[in-house]
Amino acid sequence: MTTDTADLNRLATPPTFQSVSGARKLKNGIATALVYGAFLIAIVPLVWVLYVVVQRGFPVVLDADWWQKSLSGLLSRQQGGGVYHAIYGTLVQGLVCGLISVPLGLFVGVYLVEYGGRSKLSRATTFMVDILTGVPSIVAALFVYTLWITYFGFGRSGFAVSLALVLLMVPVIVRTTEEMLKIVPDELREASYALGIPKWKTIVKVVIPTALSGIVTGIMLALARVMGETAPVLVLAAYAPYINYNLFEGPMASLPLLMTSERNNPTQAGFERIWGAAITLVIIITLFNLLATVISRWLAPKTK
Amino acid sequence: MNDRTVAPRPAGTGSTGAREGVPAPRPDSEAPIPPTTEAEKKTVVRPGDRIFAGLATGSGIFIVVLIAAIGIFLLLQAIPSLALDQVNFLTSREWSTGDVSNMRYGILDLLLVTVVSSAFALIIAMPIALGIALFLTQYAPRRLARPFAYVIDLLAAVPSIIFGLWGLLVLGPVLTPIGEWLTSTLGWIPLFAEGNVSIELGGTIFTAGIVLAVMILPIITAVSREVFDRTPVTHVEGAIALGATKWEVVRTTVLPFGKAGYVSASMLGLGRALGETIALTIILSGTGAAFAWSLFDGGATFASKIALAAPEFNDPRTAGAYIAAGLVLFVLTFGVNAIARSIVAGHKEYE
Repeated sequence: MTTDTADLNRLATPPTFQSVSGARKLKNGIATALVYGAFLIAIVPLVWVLYVVVQRGFPVVLDADWWQKSLSGLLSRQQGGGVYHAIYGTLVQGLVCGLISVPLGLFVGVYLVEYGGRSKLSRATTFMVDILTGVPSIVAALFVYTLWITYFGFGRSGFAVSLALVLLMVPVIVRTTEEMLKIVPDELREASYALGIPKWKTIVKVVIPTALSGIVTGIMLALARVMGETAPVLVLAAYAPYINYNLFEGPMASLPLLMTSERNNPTQAGFERIWGAAITLVIIITLFNLLATVISRWLAPKTK
Repeated sequence: MNDRTVAPRPAGTGSTGAREGVPAPRPDSEAPIPPTTEAEKKTVVRPGDRIFAGLATGSGIFIVVLIAAIGIFLLLQAIPSLALDQVNFLTSREWSTGDVSNMRYGILDLLLVTVVSSAFALIIAMPIALGIALFLTQYAPRRLARPFAYVIDLLAAVPSIIFGLWGLLVLGPVLTPIGEWLTSTLGWIPLFAEGNVSIELGGTIFTAGIVLAVMILPIITAVSREVFDRTPVTHVEGAIALGATKWEVVRTTVLPFGKAGYVSASMLGLGRALGETIALTIILSGTGAAFAWSLFDGGATFASKIALAAPEFNDPRTAGAYIAAGLVLFVLTFGVNAIARSIVAGHKEYE
């Protein structure tokens, strides 16, 4: 009898869900720790950089003069003054670059998605945009230097910087536009065609508005990006410690250029200007990023 | 997706592809809707359509022509200067372009410093980026994954000039004791030998590589993350059903699926590192000595060399020497990016 009960209690097959062996548990634990660790390691430099910028730059930008005056007439060791001339340069160079790049990039994106298909030209364009995507900013600056300054004989100016930034910004806009237009459902286009709307009006009134939120976000992020570029301003513009409203002539300051030129200034004033300009640049870029988020929320297709 | 060019349209479709500047729609596998006889008679091409198509196609042509023109101009500018070069452009370590009657310049040192610093950055960044991408796609709580990803993307938003200043003035001094320890204990390995610039000042390839690694982390992470996200759910569920632990799921499904994408992402990061300009211009200490394969050497990369000399470009022949160096850098980054693209192009499942 007793043996029978033992037989009944014994499982016919080993249990399906066995406990995980120690070695596997250990490996899993190590992997988890490493993966979490990698993320934490990446946070360190970000926090560190931002902390340094804020700690060194924040006291400088609290002064109202910082936003309202230029460094005109100040000696390199004299504290005070401001950087509105550089802020003006950064913003204007960026915006002019945007004015050129946005229509160009938008049309190229529209061409690639709506018109190009798989034609030779379309493939050539994609290839060229791919090339542009990988161009280092210093090489873009050299491009413009050769074309604009050596061949056309213009001087160094803010506009030359804008042109170099165009080379960096166009591929980003083309890519964003392409991605965004591709996810617009074909049904929308077909519905529009069915109503007898011409293709161009369909693109302008149906396709682009649907994708607009994503495209505008991409544009704002690209703008924020190019405004922090230093290599083009170093090659193509000369620094001026005073305000220059003329984009086409004369030396023109911008925040990155101000930082590089103040690096030769070992005084306390130079230190304050560098880190003040750094935090100003970070603030401007943050504002553009925030603007991108706000605009994308505002323009997003209403789903209801 | 590409079918939209041949989507049935009410008017103008009947015309035999006569719209100007618009390439003929590609032959479609789907049976085309036969145009009605009425549409065949009416060949309405609206002027708006024509103008818009012209603008779009024109922009495409403009980009192609522009870049081809730029390439030609650059070559035209570089060739006369190369003819004036008194030493071998590819194998010389000299760089003196001030006297145009006796220009002696070669790119060997620039090339080595560029490649070594970028490779060092890549070696540091690759495992960390892999960890972050896995964390964001597999490990992080769903609700927090997006904000965390945003934080990593913030790294890409910081201008490189700020990374450069931080690297030289803040990170450099912190790394000094590590550098000194490495040179004193592992100095017999050429890579860790005493370099040709002062470790205390921090302007070494070692510092530069670490800063570069931080700068390329976001791009490697972003691309890998996208690929890891596309791991088929069925694979993951299958692994879980077989009783795999979290790590085993990752190792058997996510990693094999995303491997090519991860390698491609790393190549994109390498391309970025090769061309990085201002951070390296700030960090690397200049030196007259030749590069001796040590991480604690100074020197200049292509980009930093050009950036340092650029404000003084006045003579086209001098500028031409730097443009020749810039072209080599361009070929280098283009090659790396092309490899990255071709890797992804071979994997249709990433689309």
